Amino acid sequence: MFPEAWEFHVAQHLNRGIKALIQSHSEGFDAFSNGLLQFLLSVQSALSTIPWWGYILLIAVMSWFSIRKIVPTIVLSLLPLVIGVFGFWDLAIETLAIVIVSVVISLVLGIPLGVIMAEVKSLGYVIRPILDAMQTMPSFVYLIPAMMLFGLGKVPAILATVIYALPPVIRLTCLGIELVPKPVQEAALAYGATKWQLLKEVRLPLAMPSIMAGINQTTMMALSMVVIASMIGARGLGQEVLLAINRINVGRGFESGISIVIMAIVIDRITQGLAKKLDPVKKH
Amino acid sequence: MSDVAIEVKELWKVYSKSKSGKVVLDVDDEELMRSIEVSKEDVVAVRDLSFEVKKGEVFIVMGLSGSGKSTLIRCLIRLVEPSYGNVIINGYDVTAMDKKELTEFRRYQTAMVFQHYGLLPHKNVLDNVAFGLKLRGVPKKERREKAMHALEIVGLEKWINYYPSSLSGGMRQRVGIARALVADPPILLMDEPFSGLDPLIRREMQDELIRIQEEMHKTIFFVTHDLDEAMRLGDRMAVMRDGSIVQIGKPAEIFANPANDYVARFVQDRREEIRKADEQIAAFNAAKDKEVNSDVS
Repeated sequence: MFPEAWEFHVAQHLNRGIKALIQSHSEGFDAFSNGLLQFLLSVQSALSTIPWWGYILLIAVMSWFSIRKIVPTIVLSLLPLVIGVFGFWDLAIETLAIVIVSVVISLVLGIPLGVIMAEVKSLGYVIRPILDAMQTMPSFVYLIPAMMLFGLGKVPAILATVIYALPPVIRLTCLGIELVPKPVQEAALAYGATKWQLLKEVRLPLAMPSIMAGINQTTMMALSMVVIASMIGARGLGQEVLLAINRINVGRGFESGISIVIMAIVIDRITQGLAKKLDPVKKH
Repeated sequence: MSDVAIEVKELWKVYSKSKSGKVVLDVDDEELMRSIEVSKEDVVAVRDLSFEVKKGEVFIVMGLSGSGKSTLIRCLIRLVEPSYGNVIINGYDVTAMDKKELTEFRRYQTAMVFQHYGLLPHKNVLDNVAFGLKLRGVPKKERREKAMHALEIVGLEKWINYYPSSLSGGMRQRVGIARALVADPPILLMDEPFSGLDPLIRREMQDELIRIQEEMHKTIFFVTHDLDEAMRLGDRMAVMRDGSIVQIGKPAEIFANPANDYVARFVQDRREEIRKADEQIAAFNAAKDKEVNSDVS
């Protein structure tokens, strides 16, 4: 047995500290929380104005544009019907809204951070271990800090999702920029490119395939985290899974599980196809 | 205006593997200089070079790989930061410029052609050629017109919509040359531009450069390891070894009077070839004479 006298708890202090923090900055937290919620709600209401066949059409157009093959396009656009047949259509839209908001926030934070990390080498030594920690930590653990600051609901769910989904886009943006061939950069500099021009004209376009891979990864991770975040009130499809587990209702769990898988497949294929499509280095 | 285009004074470049990576060089500090020579961490790529290039001249720097010629050409526009010394181009002290001045200088005073082309793989031929003008902020229409004109000079006007990856090596380098010409700078820097090309194309490109030079009268600073190329193109040449210039002069002079064994070895092969060719031609002529004579009799 571990000596009892050695036991020392930080829990109370942490709880008290967080409480004090929230109380002293309540306005800031409220404003942030409200802003995020507004953003989410506007996305969600925009998504819910689109009729179900609108999504089918949209998926068909996007997958045709990005993949250019008939069979995958048909399969991808018919798959979501299964979600509707199981009666999860509205929940799926709710999940999609949270995923979109989280991904947008992740990209707005992650791409510039990746660029800065590639630019300032010493910053990498600080950020990389943090990213490692973010990726190796069990995803459940993310719920804690988000919940500490914002309680239950959709805002902490988005926050937890962003923390979880952020690393890949940072890493792959940084990697993509580091892999831009040196001779090409040297040529741009020799013709009088400023640092900013070098970034805009050469480094970012050539890093695009890697950045797109990062966006794809981030989207997939956001989707998987949204399911877990239903534990702290993200609702959506994850909630169905949670309920099914709690009630040991295997059938219902299967239905909601399949629906999530379908969402994942459709989003993954389309973003991957777009990544290939948007590769600026033409091979013809 | 003086007739000196490029003036290099006591130029040094020392690479250091030590932690800081930077070397503070003081040529007058004998002890420091000696320690750099001995040190295994420091490599002297360019050693105390001083020379002048005149306006309108094709100046060749020749040397084997590792002799410091690529570092030298990069030091001229500070793509590689010199450790010591001055570079003065068209009266501008390049080594004293701040970042902004240097950028401006690179945009208007020099253009560089690279061994590995350095083309932008995500832009088509026309936009690659127009790239220098884009950096200057020239409006789209004007820069495209100028780029088109430059592409006509190198004979690629039909290829404007292609991407570099679908061009052959020779064509890529034509794009590289067009990109340099469109900027219309007084000085062209060429870093082994034809070394990656096969012999026939290389020869063609050399002829083309000679033709372009006859029209434009640029100052060309040309780096190569190929003696033939140096002899064909150069008004004057410098032979480099281990970061130093071992001989400088007109190519024919160097060919005739190599200053030391190193230069002599460089030109020896070429002399052998000429001697053999002379012998063969003589033998051939002799055989032909004999044939003619025997026919007559």
